[in-house]
Amino acid sequence: MSKGNILTVDGATKTFGGLVAVRDVSFEVAEGELLGLIGPNGSGKTTMMNLISGALKPSAGTIRLDGRVISGRPAHEIARRGVARTFQLVRVLPGLSVRDNVVAGAVFGHSRHWGKDAETLAETLLEQVGLEGRGSAPVSTLTYIDQKRLELARALACNPRLLLLDEWLAGLNPSELRIGMALIRDLRNEGRTIVMVEHVMDAIRSLCDRCVVMSSGSKIAEGEVRAVLSQPGVIEAYLGVEDA
Amino acid sequence: MEILINGVVLGGTYALIAVGLTLQYGVARIMNLANGENLVLACFGAFWLFSAFAINPILAIALIAPAAFALNWAIYRHALQPLVRRAKNRGQLEVDSILATFGLMFILQGVMLLGFGGAYFNYSFLSEPVAILGANYGLNRIVALGAALAICGSLYAFLNFTRPGTAIRAVAVNPQAAGLVAIDVAKASAFAFALGGALTAASGALLSTFYTFNAAMGVVFTMKALIIVIMGGVGDVRGAIVAALLLGLAETAVAALVDPGLTLAATYLLFVLVLLFRPQGIFGRHAA
Amino acid sequence: MIRPTQSEWKLAGLAILGLGTAALLPVVDEGYYLSIALNMALYAVLCTAWTLFSGPTHYISLATAAFFGIGTYAVALGIDALPFPVLVGLGALGAALLAGLVGAATLRLSGVYFVIFTLGLAELVRQLVTWAQTSFTTSVGLYVFTDFTEKHIFWMLLALAGAVYLIGWAVNRSRLGFAMRIIGNDETVARHVGINTARAKVALFMLSGAFIGATGAVLAPRFAYVEPTSAFNPMISFQVVIMALLGGTGRLWAPLLGVIPFTILFDWVTARFPNHTSLVIGFAFMAIVYLVPRGVSGLLADIRRLSGRLRIAFAEGAGRR
Repeated sequence: MSKGNILTVDGATKTFGGLVAVRDVSFEVAEGELLGLIGPNGSGKTTMMNLISGALKPSAGTIRLDGRVISGRPAHEIARRGVARTFQLVRVLPGLSVRDNVVAGAVFGHSRHWGKDAETLAETLLEQVGLEGRGSAPVSTLTYIDQKRLELARALACNPRLLLLDEWLAGLNPSELRIGMALIRDLRNEGRTIVMVEHVMDAIRSLCDRCVVMSSGSKIAEGEVRAVLSQPGVIEAYLGVEDA
Repeated sequence: MEILINGVVLGGTYALIAVGLTLQYGVARIMNLANGENLVLACFGAFWLFSAFAINPILAIALIAPAAFALNWAIYRHALQPLVRRAKNRGQLEVDSILATFGLMFILQGVMLLGFGGAYFNYSFLSEPVAILGANYGLNRIVALGAALAICGSLYAFLNFTRPGTAIRAVAVNPQAAGLVAIDVAKASAFAFALGGALTAASGALLSTFYTFNAAMGVVFTMKALIIVIMGGVGDVRGAIVAALLLGLAETAVAALVDPGLTLAATYLLFVLVLLFRPQGIFGRHAA
Repeated sequence: MIRPTQSEWKLAGLAILGLGTAALLPVVDEGYYLSIALNMALYAVLCTAWTLFSGPTHYISLATAAFFGIGTYAVALGIDALPFPVLVGLGALGAALLAGLVGAATLRLSGVYFVIFTLGLAELVRQLVTWAQTSFTTSVGLYVFTDFTEKHIFWMLLALAGAVYLIGWAVNRSRLGFAMRIIGNDETVARHVGINTARAKVALFMLSGAFIGATGAVLAPRFAYVEPTSAFNPMISFQVVIMALLGGTGRLWAPLLGVIPFTILFDWVTARFPNHTSLVIGFAFMAIVYLVPRGVSGLLADIRRLSGRLRIAFAEGAGRR
């Protein structure tokens, strides 16, 4: 029983009728670690994220944050315990200003601010993600990568114990990708605990300490990135048997 | 025993209205609050055909149902399809259609009030008593039940054993996927909406043989139909029929055993219980 | 709480001016114009209280008549036993309680269930009250005799209006108001930033219900004879929805743009064409859906935005020359 683990996933399973999306997956994330959750499309990675964030309830198994059970609790409670996430299809709040989008993350979550305090925090975060000075702008003026930055700022606003990034680097061109990866590297160097679902292998290789590989709902490999990525089972999962 | 049979008769009539609304909401995705007016219009229609031309109300369905079909088709094509096209998501469409059909309800009711006033109407048709298992029931009620069962049966057969029927069921499950397998979703929705209206009208014609009706009673029936549709599971015809029978039985039982003034309370109690413990309905698949 | 901005002080000033001017009306006229003004004040309070909840959440509530009736009955039942202000408070409390129950049962689900449930709620409460009265007492109606005249009720309604605006404004700047805006934008995000969406919605619904109940209580003396059919009249619910949607639900003062014209229109129709009221209501709903989906205030906002763009285009054109 490791005490220093922020996240413990124990036998998590999720079924939808007859479909088993996540099958008996277990892994742990230590404090300050950056864990990559990878696998081919349809392997259950985003479902796993949804189980951790509380968007879905596991059909079986337990998930613990800082030792306390969070599986089965409603999403808002899990958020207050300190889990923040970004979404695969970016979800910014169109009716609020850029700054208020970030403030939204700071008011109700794990660490709570209000008023001037929250606004100052929002400005700091906007600067950190590269959106400084855009606080009063309407969300409709943001480009795709800027929306992603905004979502990241919102997730950071509550000072989460665990940050979940769901394909945050998807859809970025090479220069945007470099900036995005640098941002994540900075977060990791700050000591944040992060789980990221990614397809961009460069990012996985250069950013993650360890990774967990999923395929068809089950965990097929776990460990140091380079070692895992050269395992035949992993290559087979991504490319098929013949090209392995 | 009386409660059982009367309850089933009431439930049978509710079933037709509910099935009509199920088609409209489950397939065309329109929460038609004006559905009850279909019923009342049909009551007046049957009354007029019987009083003026001595046409048997059961046979009159052959005239009333197609008329209702045409009317509902026109309503869908001209009033509701623009909403479907402009709605950005399903929630928006539901709100818009509720408001629009609400308006339609008032308009139809207003027209009927102007035409017939607020008076109550009824007429005598097959009102001789029939003895079943010791108690007397109106023959008209038994005949109405039989007709309702026949119509529900044919509908079930249509939906499950014919191609157009299966297309309709497909649209109810997933309109986008249905479109991908070359089903004309717009046409199927319009058809389902019109068919739903026709079924409700048929139920109105049957109801008029033993029920005293007036121009303003549409709302109550709409409400009960809505509750039945939700209790049975949205889009599920079997569920609607079962829930309708349950409601008919519950209402009759409460009226006879507790107090006739509490029937609506009984309906609501059932509704609340379903919402709290099984919001997807008895046969429903997804949670709301 | 964040400090009020300058434009908010201006708005407050306007509101106080408006209410103050309105309060002078009974000095000038105590007949027809007071009656119409009273109706306007009544629906102004009801629609604003309605918008308090239904505006941010986009849930259409038809429960207004139920809450209103509870308030009326609180006064009718207790008028011989308790002082009037206490009864108004009890009416508000009773309505809030009902709102809490209804909210807890239906607000976790989609808006459609909520609308259907509230549609029949007034009918349900009416049936229960009628049954209770016929079972336990001899008559179905209750007499309410007070010293209040129309002008007193009018002033009480204005006071209530002021209260609704004040509290509505306070809620908007509070955490609850912020939470509701987030919920209205994206409920999934709301849940993931830590908002207990169900609880927030229920809280707001109860607040809205409390005001509606208080209004029903204040109106009880006007009835003189209170019976279930008039106290729990579903038309109240429908008219509130029409006026609020007609005016627009984006701002707290937007419903007024619907209340004033519609009260006048409906009063005229009821007087000249009493059998056509259903038709008017029906067409009003259709107009809202097809012509002014975001209400008159939404239309004004669009016009302002358009004229702003035209002005910029003109200026650019002129500048180029």
